[in-house]
Amino acid sequence: MTLGLAAAAPVFGLITQPVSVAHYLVVGAIMFVCGIVCMAMKRNALGVLMGIELVLNGANVNFVAFASPYLQGEGSRSLGLDGQVIALFVILLAAAEAAVALAITLNFYNNHATVDVDRADDLKG
Amino acid sequence: MPSLPADSFIALKRTMDLSTQLPQLLGLAWLMPLASFVLILFFGPKMGHHGRNAAWVATAAIVTSLVLSLVAFVSWLGAHPVSAVHHGGDHGAAHAEDHADATGHVAGEHGGDAGHAAGGHAAAGHGPIAYSGEWYTLYEGGRLRLSIGWYIDSLTILMFVVVTFIATCIHVYASGYMHDELHDVTDHEVTLADGHHLHRPGRFPRFFQALSLFCFSMLGIVIAGNLAMVFIFWELVGICSWFLIGFYYERKSASNAANKAFIVNRVGDFGMLIGLMALWGALGTLQFADSSVPGADGHAVTKPGLFSLVRPADHGHALRVPDGMVEFAAAEKVAHTPPSEVAGKVDAWRAEGFGRWLLFIAGVGIFCGCVGKSAQFPLFVWLPDAMEGPTPVSALVHSATMVAAGVYLVGRFFPVLTPDVLLVIAYVGAITLFIAATIALVANDIKRVLAYSTVSQLGYMMLALGVGGWAAGLFHLVTHAFFKSLLFLCSGSVIHACHTNDMRKMGGLARVMPYTAGTMLVGCLAIIGAGIPFVIGLSGYYSKDSILAQALSFAQANPRHAILFYAVAGGAALTAFYMFRLWFMTFAGEPRDHHVAEHAHESPQVMVMPLVVLAVLAVVAGWTLPGGFGIANLLEQSRPVGTVETAVGGFAFGQTLTIPAEYLSHGEPFHSTATWTAFATALGGVLLAAAMYVWRVISPAAVASMFRPVYSFLANRWYFDELYHALFVVPAHGLAAVASGIDQGLIDPFINFLAWMTRQVAAIDAWIDRTFVDGLVNATASATWTLGNELKRLQTGSLRQYVTFIVAGTVALFVIASLFFRQTLAG
Repeated sequence: MTLGLAAAAPVFGLITQPVSVAHYLVVGAIMFVCGIVCMAMKRNALGVLMGIELVLNGANVNFVAFASPYLQGEGSRSLGLDGQVIALFVILLAAAEAAVALAITLNFYNNHATVDVDRADDLKG
Repeated sequence: MPSLPADSFIALKRTMDLSTQLPQLLGLAWLMPLASFVLILFFGPKMGHHGRNAAWVATAAIVTSLVLSLVAFVSWLGAHPVSAVHHGGDHGAAHAEDHADATGHVAGEHGGDAGHAAGGHAAAGHGPIAYSGEWYTLYEGGRLRLSIGWYIDSLTILMFVVVTFIATCIHVYASGYMHDELHDVTDHEVTLADGHHLHRPGRFPRFFQALSLFCFSMLGIVIAGNLAMVFIFWELVGICSWFLIGFYYERKSASNAANKAFIVNRVGDFGMLIGLMALWGALGTLQFADSSVPGADGHAVTKPGLFSLVRPADHGHALRVPDGMVEFAAAEKVAHTPPSEVAGKVDAWRAEGFGRWLLFIAGVGIFCGCVGKSAQFPLFVWLPDAMEGPTPVSALVHSATMVAAGVYLVGRFFPVLTPDVLLVIAYVGAITLFIAATIALVANDIKRVLAYSTVSQLGYMMLALGVGGWAAGLFHLVTHAFFKSLLFLCSGSVIHACHTNDMRKMGGLARVMPYTAGTMLVGCLAIIGAGIPFVIGLSGYYSKDSILAQALSFAQANPRHAILFYAVAGGAALTAFYMFRLWFMTFAGEPRDHHVAEHAHESPQVMVMPLVVLAVLAVVAGWTLPGGFGIANLLEQSRPVGTVETAVGGFAFGQTLTIPAEYLSHGEPFHSTATWTAFATALGGVLLAAAMYVWRVISPAAVASMFRPVYSFLANRWYFDELYHALFVVPAHGLAAVASGIDQGLIDPFINFLAWMTRQVAAIDAWIDRTFVDGLVNATASATWTLGNELKRLQTGSLRQYVTFIVAGTVALFVIASLFFRQTLAG
């Protein structure tokens, strides 16, 4: 327990710090974990999809945070927009994925009159 | 049409030159039956219903051969007209000049033809007219040179005409005789294990196939230009004979007879091989005539053949042991002599007698082959058994042509035979003719009488050749071919009508079978040499008289061998008796068996036609036309070099032999004595036969019982079969039993022990394989299977669980990574 607190100490210290990249990372991590938990806990397929969105957007926050100008090296030749571009890609992907997933869900509902993912065990070994 | 320039005619004439034309014509005639054989072999069963048309194919081939042979014959006559050879009263030195004149035109005509475009080589000068050359070299290496070549003289052409003519008649006859084979055959002589008779499909094409192959082989012997080629076709003829004797091979007797013929012939061929080796080993050539071979410098070199080696021109064509044989025999002396002096000493060694035994062995060896093929004592036992074959086969193969091959080869090889060899040949012939004639006296099977008659007549020919009657022997060979094939075909016609071979069941058939009876009477008269003395006679009259005359001439020159003449004269009487006994028993008197007589009928036209044709030839074949044209004079053209004059020699039997010149026997006193002897003996034989079987003055049964021991001795064929059975067959069987005992008692157990050992080792090996190798493989497989089954349980299908696993896995990966790569991450 002592070890755990000691490991978490820097995170608690952030509260007193001015907003920095680390704060963004914490937010992104929280979003990510919330999304994972949502995916793992929800039996409703739509809930699972929402969890996926949370995970993707948590990752997006991280990308954008790592694109911070403060982290750019001296004399960098790049525009410093890598993180933002990747985040845009992820949003695009998320949209496409949501469309496909919703279509699957709809079909599943048509066949089984439910969207409970626990019922979708046809592919078990 | 524009006229061709003169020199193109000359060119045309040159291409038509005999040395080119004859090999082409006869070569084609030789190959036609081969083509027929190949065609029938592959397409025989498809030729019409049950292969009916195979007969046409074979007949067409042999007719083509006949036509080609006749064309060759005519063109031969055009170039070398046959005229009477005159041997005037002044014998001796003047005679040699006379003979040179008779054949002198040949020397002028063909003297320069050596190395002709076709490789032809015409013998020139003081000798027979002969063309020789090669078509194809089979093998050439070291001293050995095997080739397919030709040696063509008037004898070759005569044999071609005779063989193809008789074969044509027999093909036609057989297409009628063998009609039973056109549908399924029930063989009443073969009883199967279940008690039924054998029922088999007909074998019509197979018969004509073998017949064609036989004709090809026989013509191959006749045209052969060297002894190796003779030997090849000699063996081919043997295998054809085996096929044809064993045509009804389901019959035990037929297959035994075929094997007997084949094995007995091998005995003779063993001797022939020794002769071939003696010749080739000492002389290095098997060619009959001189041949042109490419020399070291590219120019054609004339290599002497056997004839000119043994009878060199610079020795007056008289027989002389060749240098090669002298050096071969005197090998020890040659080894101790400087090479440069060898040539000078050869004559001295020859005078000491070196090499003469080798030449003797070569001659006797070649004659051994002829003894087997021509059914001479002591190897004649196969020929009567060979009558198990269909009758056309007996007529063609076992009377007229194949068995004559031995006589032909002795005739062809005549120049190389020393007087000692000739004496051996004469005695073998005499013994054969006497034994066979006596057996024929009491035989009751119509075909066996003819078979023994054939053996006896072949003995005549051998004897004639042995006493120096070269032309007489071969003349008899030709005339015999005609009347013996006629007699066999007649007997076939009788058997066809009566369905039995037993003459005791026949009798009185002349009324129902007039053509067969008539033609057979002609055949019988021809074989006994009937004729009006000094006026005219059937073919046998001329050939048999010339044999008798020559035998008489020989007996007078060598009084110690007078018995040869008595054998010939006595044989003539026996021949007349048994031939007319056969004819009277078959055709004259009253039918003895009414069952047989009722069913008897004349044979169909296709079978009678050849009889009539052959009967005509049996009458005229011996005639000499007023211009001198005749077989006897035709043969004179081929008389071997150096055998015109009386020859004196001999060493092997401790005495000097005189081989009298043949022309002497044409003069007095031999000619008239021989004619009267022949006439008297033949008449006596016929009268005795008539007395016993027509007038019934003498009862055959009474005679048989009076001479009971002699009769049973003859009826049992001198116990030759029993003797050979005891001498050769029983020991061979005993040896086989011993060998089989060793095989089964020693070798088999050893092999079985080895097999048992192998099985044991294999069993151990199999256990190791199943336990360890298979166990390893199976363990791997089952472990994989179990693992898979266990892992399967992870895949639950629950999405939420999967997410949990993903997270847990990712975290676990990070933890592990941070444990192992702490430094790097921290860094």
